[in-house]
Amino acid sequence: MSNETWETVIGLEIHAQLATKSKIFSASATQYGAPPNAQASLVDLGYPGVLPVLNQAAVGMAVKFGLAINAQVTPRSVFARKNYFYPDLPKGYQISQYELPIVARGHLDIVLDDGSVKRVGITRAHLEEDAGKSMHEGLGAHSGIDLNRAGTPLIEIVSEPDLRSAKEAVAYLKKIHTLVRYLEICDGNMQEGSFRCDANVSVRRRGEVKFGTRAEIKNVNSFRFVEKAINHEVARQIDLIESGGKVVQETRLYDPNKDETRSMRSKEEANDYRYFPDPDLLPVEVTPEFIAGVRATLPELPDEKAARFVSQFGLSAYDAGVLTASRELGAYYETVVKDFPSDPKLAANWVNGELAAALNRDNLDITQSRIGAGPLVGLLKRIADGTISGKIAKEVFEAMWDSGASADAVIEEKGLKQISDPAAIEKAIDEVMAKSPGQLADYRSGKDKLFGYFVGQVMKATGGKANPAQLNELLKKKLAG
Amino acid sequence: MSIHTKTLPQLAAGLRAREFSAVELARHFLDRIAAHGPALNALVSVTADTALEQAAAADRTLAAGLGGPLTGIPLVHKDIFCTQGVRTTCGSRMLDNFVAPYDATVVAKLKGAGMVMLGKANMDEFAMGSSNETSFYGPVKNPWNPGLVPGGSSGGSAAVVAARLAPVATATDTGGSIRQPAALCGLTGLKPTYGRVSRYGMIAFASSLDQGGMMTASAEDAALVLQGMAGFDPRDSTSVERPVPDYAAALGQPLKGLTIGLLKEFFDKGLDPDMERSVREALAVYQQLGATLKEVSLPSIGLSVPAYYVVAPAECSSNLARFDGVRFGYRCKDPRDLMDLYKRSRGEGFGAEVKRRIMTGTYVLSAGYYDAYYLKAQQVRRLIANDFERAFGEVDVIMGPTTPTPAFGLGDKTSDPVTMYLNDIYTIGANLAGLPALSIPCGPVRQLPAGLQIIGRHFDEERLLNVAHVYQRETDWHTKVPAAYE
Amino acid sequence: MARTLATDATYSKATVYHLTLFFLQFAECVMKPEQIASIAHLARLSISETEVPVYAESLSSILSMVGDLERAQTQDVAPMAHPLPGLTQRLRADEVTETDQHERYQANAPETAASLYLVPKVIE
Repeated sequence: MSNETWETVIGLEIHAQLATKSKIFSASATQYGAPPNAQASLVDLGYPGVLPVLNQAAVGMAVKFGLAINAQVTPRSVFARKNYFYPDLPKGYQISQYELPIVARGHLDIVLDDGSVKRVGITRAHLEEDAGKSMHEGLGAHSGIDLNRAGTPLIEIVSEPDLRSAKEAVAYLKKIHTLVRYLEICDGNMQEGSFRCDANVSVRRRGEVKFGTRAEIKNVNSFRFVEKAINHEVARQIDLIESGGKVVQETRLYDPNKDETRSMRSKEEANDYRYFPDPDLLPVEVTPEFIAGVRATLPELPDEKAARFVSQFGLSAYDAGVLTASRELGAYYETVVKDFPSDPKLAANWVNGELAAALNRDNLDITQSRIGAGPLVGLLKRIADGTISGKIAKEVFEAMWDSGASADAVIEEKGLKQISDPAAIEKAIDEVMAKSPGQLADYRSGKDKLFGYFVGQVMKATGGKANPAQLNELLKKKLAG
Repeated sequence: MSIHTKTLPQLAAGLRAREFSAVELARHFLDRIAAHGPALNALVSVTADTALEQAAAADRTLAAGLGGPLTGIPLVHKDIFCTQGVRTTCGSRMLDNFVAPYDATVVAKLKGAGMVMLGKANMDEFAMGSSNETSFYGPVKNPWNPGLVPGGSSGGSAAVVAARLAPVATATDTGGSIRQPAALCGLTGLKPTYGRVSRYGMIAFASSLDQGGMMTASAEDAALVLQGMAGFDPRDSTSVERPVPDYAAALGQPLKGLTIGLLKEFFDKGLDPDMERSVREALAVYQQLGATLKEVSLPSIGLSVPAYYVVAPAECSSNLARFDGVRFGYRCKDPRDLMDLYKRSRGEGFGAEVKRRIMTGTYVLSAGYYDAYYLKAQQVRRLIANDFERAFGEVDVIMGPTTPTPAFGLGDKTSDPVTMYLNDIYTIGANLAGLPALSIPCGPVRQLPAGLQIIGRHFDEERLLNVAHVYQRETDWHTKVPAAYE
Repeated sequence: MARTLATDATYSKATVYHLTLFFLQFAECVMKPEQIASIAHLARLSISETEVPVYAESLSSILSMVGDLERAQTQDVAPMAHPLPGLTQRLRADEVTETDQHERYQANAPETAASLYLVPKVIE
């Protein structure tokens, strides 16, 4: 959406629900989908007299994220109260971190369309509690409040305004999404709201140093919507400025049905949060020992794994990137390669090609694949040993996907074994030549293009099973006479 | 001696010797509550049925040869402590219909120790007040003179114990709310070190200042009750993990070698000359007991009232935001919309003083004022705490008056909030610094009780109680009961 | 004047007390009625027309009294948020011990339906 005149500036605020068992300040469950208020304890309800006690796992997960983005972990971070009234905010304040967040100054690299790598700064990541939910349907003149989600731990990940297009924003968002799932600190479920995103968007004339006035777009909770919402907002701001207007700093809500953003003035008014340190909580100390303990649990991170795939398996950066987009996919690929070490590139092609297409078609993720790593190895081996051609392999793959049978069983059952006996291939060639005297004469008089015709006819006669290389060689010899 | 003027050890001995049962004891005090409670307006709720059940259970425990020094001893809880199944109002219309679904840790601990709850004491609304005149349930009267205030915010607790309607009442102290009413009613009132007693279930006014404690006739009684209340609570992040000493065992240590700091700034022009005379007489007793007096100065203590009236309202404005008419408490009639629901529920549910403090706190935290007020107050708080720390390098305890004057008349100070606030001029410092402090009765001032305040180092309750106890062995001010309640 | 007083580390409680009274007597109404209205709105408190000047006056005198803080020398003084020095937050093990008690907890609620707390319709 940026053009020659205008540059887009985007920063993202990502809220990731931490995958703890209990809430950040209470011992209630965090499971999604419980009956209304069944998981709202006295602390979550903000009952008079109750007090918060911090969940160790939430701290551990925030630190883990900090380590993964090469950030500074604050030795003594502080919880503050963000004061505002809203029905889904039981205490009238949200416990968050303000001046001293637990994680500060990290970064993450994303790969752009042209293959170049861009480093995106992450200003901070702080711990806070989620709010409840308001229901507006079916209650007449009322809204209903469900506080099950209230107190679910979140990390809010705030990027620098380093992103310059909706595409970059999506790439960054996907990278964070991958990372939090790698780290097993968030299930990343965007539909259930475990992973949410607000975008701060502004535009400025190219060459301008100062940022333009930004609008915060709320509720952009799918990768597709992020891109659309940002593009819409950028267009709106450019139109506004070009027609003599001014962008006002405000919160806007993205409406995916209408594909537009609209002002949320209701939330804007009196936006004075009166932050101050929460006197019910003490400074959170993260000791070097605690950090070391968390570091020991860090898995191989996506970038490290991709680099290893490139060097160890000779994959392209692109293939390695795709294969490491989720921890499970990477693990699948490595299982395949372990039992099929001879051609990792072929394995990558199949995982990123046929398998990815089939998963996508059936809307499954890798853990739900109908063809496990073992059976896929079975198929790859048959390609490698010449039992089947690559083309036949695709047919075998589809049959395996549908039936769950092994590659060998499919090949056997359908008689798809490749014909590599020269005598059998020659016999088929002779028959085709005998049936096509005209084409043969034309070929011999110089119409080389007819070679393909003969290949096709022989393949047809052999049900596609003739070994292509052998066929090529023998056919040339025979046609030459 | 009547049963209601006995000390806790005497009551415990009586129970063990079967001179009276816990049920009889409870009945005795319930009868007194029925007779005197309404006139004093000291209680918001009387829980006779549960009291008799708990007393019967205490009798069974005692009959089995079990139980401790508090088993069967009646008490009244300040209505700021949540009590499961019992209305907990915090002195506010906002919580007039609120039945707590859980027990505060203090309530649970004292229940566990076998104490018998007789009812809930009236108090200033949300503990905001120094005269018990801000209660939705009306002012409490001072048992020494019904035309005078009992002090606040724990005025109901003070009136209950002063009139011997219960031997013990729990209380809370944010800026003097235990010590000031104890002084005005002639009682021993202890505010422990911040973090010593759990705040869980104690409805928050100003979280960094609030501390639960108790009022009793004597330091000896206070030691026993503190034993039951104190201790680490995993549900309160500000509760301190530290063993609880045997407070009663520490009583009776000689005071020879004790250095008492006289806080220069507390003996100032604002101090009633008769009050000063009374306090100095008490200090003379300490000298006779072998203690040394030494003048100390806390240069920043003069700013404790201003610092407090930033910090406390700021915290209260946030703490009281949960009272919004949605999940519990008062809701206005026929709200037009959400904003109307919020504004009228809170506007009608809170009284004037609470609203004043919420607005003050909202203002000092708001954009543009935070640094000038809140941050500055927190810095001054540090200066005051540093002053105390320096002083405790030289002295063991600090003594002075608890209040500038004895009890004042009902309605005398309600017109100007600042005049009322200055009542806590001597008590606020200990809250800002988190120090333990108690008030004990010293010689009367114009026939009214006066309080000697003793401030100690963090977690030095043993010494405070001992210092108070030794004085009470030498004097009998703490045994005085208003004639109408003897 | 503020500066001189601030450097005088020994000014007493009495000084403050009497200064406070002095200021109170002549204190201008630093809080204007429209400020009271905006604070009351921020705090979600309905305040009647007649109450506004009353609160304006009392908040003014409180703020004048509090204004004495200005005199303190607080350069390089770390703000104190907690009364006990050096304590840090205790961490709780990640365990679920709470059970569904919404009926009991909602017994105190002014209005509920289908286990939800009801409020007048919220328009976003």
